[in-house]
Amino acid sequence: MVAVKTIRKSLTGAQAAAEAMKQVDVDVVAAYPITPQTPIVQEYAQFVADGIVNTEMIQVESEHSAMSAVIGAAASGARATTATSAQGLAYMWEMVGIASTLRLPIVMNIVNRALSGPLNIHCDHSDAMSIRDLGWIMLFSENPQEVYYNNILAFRIAEDPRVFLPVAVNQDGFITSHCVEAVDVLEDEFVKKFVGDYKYPYTLLDFENPISVGEWAMPSHYFEFRVSVQKAIEDSVPVIEEIFDKFYQETGVKFDFFEGYRVEDADIVFISMGSTSGTVRYVVDRMRSKGGKVGSINVRVFRPFRIDKLLNIIPNAKYLVVMDRSLSFGTTGSPLYQDITSGLYSKDRCLLVNNYVYGLGGRDITDTDIEEVYEHALYSMSEGISGQVVYVGLNPSFVKK
Amino acid sequence: MPVNLKQIAGVELKFTKGHRMCAGCGVAIFVRELSAAAQDLGIDLVFSNATGCLEVTTSVYPESSWKYPWIHSAFENASATISGVERAYYALKAKGKINHDKKVKFVAIAGDGGSYDIGLQSMSGAMERGHNILFISYDNEAYMNTGYQRSSATPLYANTTTAPFGKSVPGKTQPRKDLFAIAVAHGIPYAATVSIYYWNDLITKVQKALTIEGPTFILSITPCIPGWAMPTGDAVSLSKSAVETGYWPLIEYENGVYKWSPSNPKQLKPIEEFVSKQKRFEGMLKKPELVEHFRQEVIQNYEKYKKLCGVA
Repeated sequence: MVAVKTIRKSLTGAQAAAEAMKQVDVDVVAAYPITPQTPIVQEYAQFVADGIVNTEMIQVESEHSAMSAVIGAAASGARATTATSAQGLAYMWEMVGIASTLRLPIVMNIVNRALSGPLNIHCDHSDAMSIRDLGWIMLFSENPQEVYYNNILAFRIAEDPRVFLPVAVNQDGFITSHCVEAVDVLEDEFVKKFVGDYKYPYTLLDFENPISVGEWAMPSHYFEFRVSVQKAIEDSVPVIEEIFDKFYQETGVKFDFFEGYRVEDADIVFISMGSTSGTVRYVVDRMRSKGGKVGSINVRVFRPFRIDKLLNIIPNAKYLVVMDRSLSFGTTGSPLYQDITSGLYSKDRCLLVNNYVYGLGGRDITDTDIEEVYEHALYSMSEGISGQVVYVGLNPSFVKK
Repeated sequence: MPVNLKQIAGVELKFTKGHRMCAGCGVAIFVRELSAAAQDLGIDLVFSNATGCLEVTTSVYPESSWKYPWIHSAFENASATISGVERAYYALKAKGKINHDKKVKFVAIAGDGGSYDIGLQSMSGAMERGHNILFISYDNEAYMNTGYQRSSATPLYANTTTAPFGKSVPGKTQPRKDLFAIAVAHGIPYAATVSIYYWNDLITKVQKALTIEGPTFILSITPCIPGWAMPTGDAVSLSKSAVETGYWPLIEYENGVYKWSPSNPKQLKPIEEFVSKQKRFEGMLKKPELVEHFRQEVIQNYEKYKKLCGVA
């Protein structure tokens, strides 16, 4: 294994994102500040102000314009990026879908935050879930270190000519974005080489060979455009694997679609995303020390969602604890749960699965809460209970009503 | 920059035939004049087109009427999209990734919906940031692309499908929004109104707007055949009578100074000459008190701009 040099820095998740953007040498950043994403653009604006980066920064008047400007820049052949949270993502939603169908390799940091209403600035995943069907590759980060790595990987994935799709790098609002941790930062030269020079095959800025971007498609063509995005995101799977593998070879840092922990012989498997995964692993260790056959999975790549890869690492699982930090109103369960249950059906694998919805609007999820979930899982497994939605940490007075 | 017809006649324009606009559409004539102005100047343009009549009629995949670099992303964001293109140009140029020595202007073009209404925020943001862009509003005074719904550019008492002229409500009950004044309020270096009949005035103004560095603004009255419910061949003559009646004063604003265009009439013609050929004003024309109110609005606006231009 080649050990690449790293420098250990104390960084928040937001700073880790800005650090990666700096090393990647972005041409255009267009962003609007929104809590808890703000420190990313503030940090980056300081890099620009101090002449540390050679980036054009557009201080747009809204998130809708942020994504619009990034689309314009990317269609011009520039490496372009933005960042947002919650209402900002909701406001730019229209353009989020246009970015992917135009096949523009844009990278966006999303600092996950609850959607209004009521107004809430704290973490959950309901913002990210609102774009899960818009054709973006979606990575989730557990801590500032993963935010940093994910950003570097995201540019490389998005810009691979076999992909040309936008990539969202998610991190948990405040929990990750504002928490200082030790982050191993790769050398500038290494990152530059790993991500490589950006060359987009089409550009608006070729005046000799003008192109039209974003035309209107009649029923005779629209369908094919949409299916081409579907095909591209499916075809991105081996490319992502290849890039993860290359990153592993060059840095010794292993990434996969799903990060399994003590899953090989586990009966009960927790599946979670973002910062909660660390707490889950802590509880898994505690339960293991008491003889529990339990493991956990951290979802790192949420789109494309590959159920086969997930099932491959849990050969002995009997019961799945699917932990969702968002709701999908009016249906059988939350987004991650829906993906997993429909995936199990398609793979003809019959497991007991319950959906544990937690932490909406930043409500704390503690090791004690997760232990309670485990108790519930043990009971449900013995009774054969499946298909339930359980609200973790919900105010008991609310339940009584 | 006076232009003679010989300079522009016979030039193969980069906005080509084969689009799907209505026969006689004022917008098509406007864009051809715009193209002639730019080509005569030898300046390169990149267009960002808001969703609307111009966009849907010229870009039906896999065809295009644009021999310019052209992008459309959505309705309300032509200005934001071109802001990204413009910054990308300067970023890539600074990094030596593109070599381009000619003068270039980045153009956002939108109808009145994409400028007066849903596109206003994006336009305002881009102007405030000072990009090197020309914002063009081709104003046909309603949401013509979706079937004549009112916009904030729709004139008083005009009949539209969402502000219809009825027994109780006489069409649109508010006067037009003054987008020219809003654009000027951004402290931009140049703004002008144009009419397709006065082609020389139009070309001169467009050429200024393309040459002056920073955000510039052109507001064009562009008659809509079905929306205005007018005879097919009347776009040019109605653009003329809009000016002759004082409905559409031709003005310029350059670095703090308002200028009265020479093409404005010495003596105004009756407003009826402009409104009588348009069925959208049919209801208003039957009620003298409404026509009188309309006339007052027009004169008030005309006098306001005359005064700003320092014309007695």
